[in-house]
Amino acid sequence: MMTRTSPSRRALQYLALAGYLVFLAFPLWWLISTALKTPQEIARIDPTVIPIHPTLENFRTAFEQQPILRSILNTLYVAGVSSLVTVGLAVPGAYVMARYRSIVGKSTMVWVLLSQIFPFILVIIPLFLIVRDFGLFDTHLGLIIVYIVWSMPFALWMLRSHVQSIPIEVEEAAAIDGASRVRMIREILAPLLVPGVVATALFTFVSAWNEFFFALVLLKSPELSTLSLTLVKFIGAEGVARLGALAAASLVATIPSLIFFAIIQRHLTSGLLSGAVKS
Amino acid sequence: MSRSTTVPEGTSAQAGRRRTAGRQPGRTPGRHGSGRPSGRRTLLGLDRDGLILVIPALLPIVAFSVYPLLRGIYLGFTDARAGRNSVTSFTGFENYAQLLGDSYFWSSFRIGLIWAVAVTALQFFLAFGLALLLNEPLRMRWLARTLALVPWAMPPVVIGIMWRLVYHPNAGILNTILGDLGLISRDVDWLNTAELALPAVILVAVWAGMPQTTVVLLAGLQGVRQELHEAAAVDGAGSWRRFWSVTLPHLRPIIVAITTLDFIWNFNSFGLVYVLTQGGPGGETRLPLLFAYEEAFRYGNYGYAAALGNAMVIVIALFVVFYLRIRMREDD
Repeated sequence: MMTRTSPSRRALQYLALAGYLVFLAFPLWWLISTALKTPQEIARIDPTVIPIHPTLENFRTAFEQQPILRSILNTLYVAGVSSLVTVGLAVPGAYVMARYRSIVGKSTMVWVLLSQIFPFILVIIPLFLIVRDFGLFDTHLGLIIVYIVWSMPFALWMLRSHVQSIPIEVEEAAAIDGASRVRMIREILAPLLVPGVVATALFTFVSAWNEFFFALVLLKSPELSTLSLTLVKFIGAEGVARLGALAAASLVATIPSLIFFAIIQRHLTSGLLSGAVKS
Repeated sequence: MSRSTTVPEGTSAQAGRRRTAGRQPGRTPGRHGSGRPSGRRTLLGLDRDGLILVIPALLPIVAFSVYPLLRGIYLGFTDARAGRNSVTSFTGFENYAQLLGDSYFWSSFRIGLIWAVAVTALQFFLAFGLALLLNEPLRMRWLARTLALVPWAMPPVVIGIMWRLVYHPNAGILNTILGDLGLISRDVDWLNTAELALPAVILVAVWAGMPQTTVVLLAGLQGVRQELHEAAAVDGAGSWRRFWSVTLPHLRPIIVAITTLDFIWNFNSFGLVYVLTQGGPGGETRLPLLFAYEEAFRYGNYGYAAALGNAMVIVIALFVVFYLRIRMREDD
């Protein structure tokens, strides 16, 4: 775009950005800082913002106390599988719902909204009974199925919005140019949908990664336990002396999904519509 | 898969309307521009391709979402209790009569509404501002973008633990900063003081929920066609004008979707507050779902808890219908 932004406006934008950065970063900084402190330093009456004697002792303590690593692998597995399956199933469905004038599309969207309205408490009791009847209680598979089903409505809803925001003219032009439907989807629609698909995949992965209510009810064995479940066990016994280990375990718990986000965040902005609808 | 006879069980909700919708041409001619011959046989307004594409997404929803929900709703009209030998019987509206007279229920509902409205509104405005900033060619944008994703990448349990550290009366950073600034004279126990606990957990929820709203809005902003902006600029529209006339209309469906979902999610949220306060102090942060959870899993009153769930559904449904109607009218 050729329009210019005035310097004073830019300055205000940077000021606002700085405000956001502080708000977003400061609790995080405190978590990291606490994780690196010695118990003596945490117990000080006037807490220090930057650790005086940074130490990794808390991490050692955390790993010795709880099976953090195994929980992380469990969670990665459950969240990864359910995210991939959900998006794989949802993209074609969302396309149909956006582009066909069909009763299926309409009533599915109504159901999608309805199912989001229902609180967990309403489904968790019957779901527990069903999962148990299928012999899937206390298995990862049972949890994965539940996650797929519960992120599917959202995935459909989001992807449908994204398909709709792609101008129908793009497809029509492709058809006029003689492109087959498969080719149209692969070479024209798919690249335009990438940001939407990535956003949706992120959403489903992270909602599974973060979830803990279903996991609490559907898993029992400590060795299958997801991260949130393991950490909740930590919380009860948090005297000031143990805050460091708690912070360290929480940090470790966040690292895998941080890496995932770091890799994927670039795709949120690259490509997009550049050149796609150019005349 | 034969196209004329296969009705997915999954679409049972629509099955009743099949007859009317069945043979009508479901596609607007030229609507998806595939150049297929028109007049193909259709089912529920879908041709064979459409059905094949849509069924895999619908089938699991029906098996693991429609059915359990129906059963859950039914439980709300029974006296179901935990325990191997307990006999469940249909009790009609007995649970609801009990709910109406339950003062814990009413205070929990009030708290839930304040919470959901406050969190959703703050989340949306903060996220929209951030998304607009991230859509500008600013330096350090990558840092802001990465940091903006961080809260989202963190499990609510971890976020809860982290803010417990921030709010910690003795070892917390918040009291230290406010004390150094001279704003407070002695340490405040944020999460255990009746009138402070709810605002404190609302702030945490805004922090935690802002990123996902930002990402969705940012994706929408980047889908705004640049040449529309350029055309408007050529016509002399300032940036404020272009925001109202080009950006906002394009984003409207996405805004409606994300704020609706945010509200529902917030009203149904559980993990964050469970970790932060467990509903305390004195029930000041006991959201409806926390209340229902206690009923079901601490006291084993499945039927009563499900009835509470049903009541929550009605409230949310009213809110959403009301909200969507306003938005839809604006669109026209």
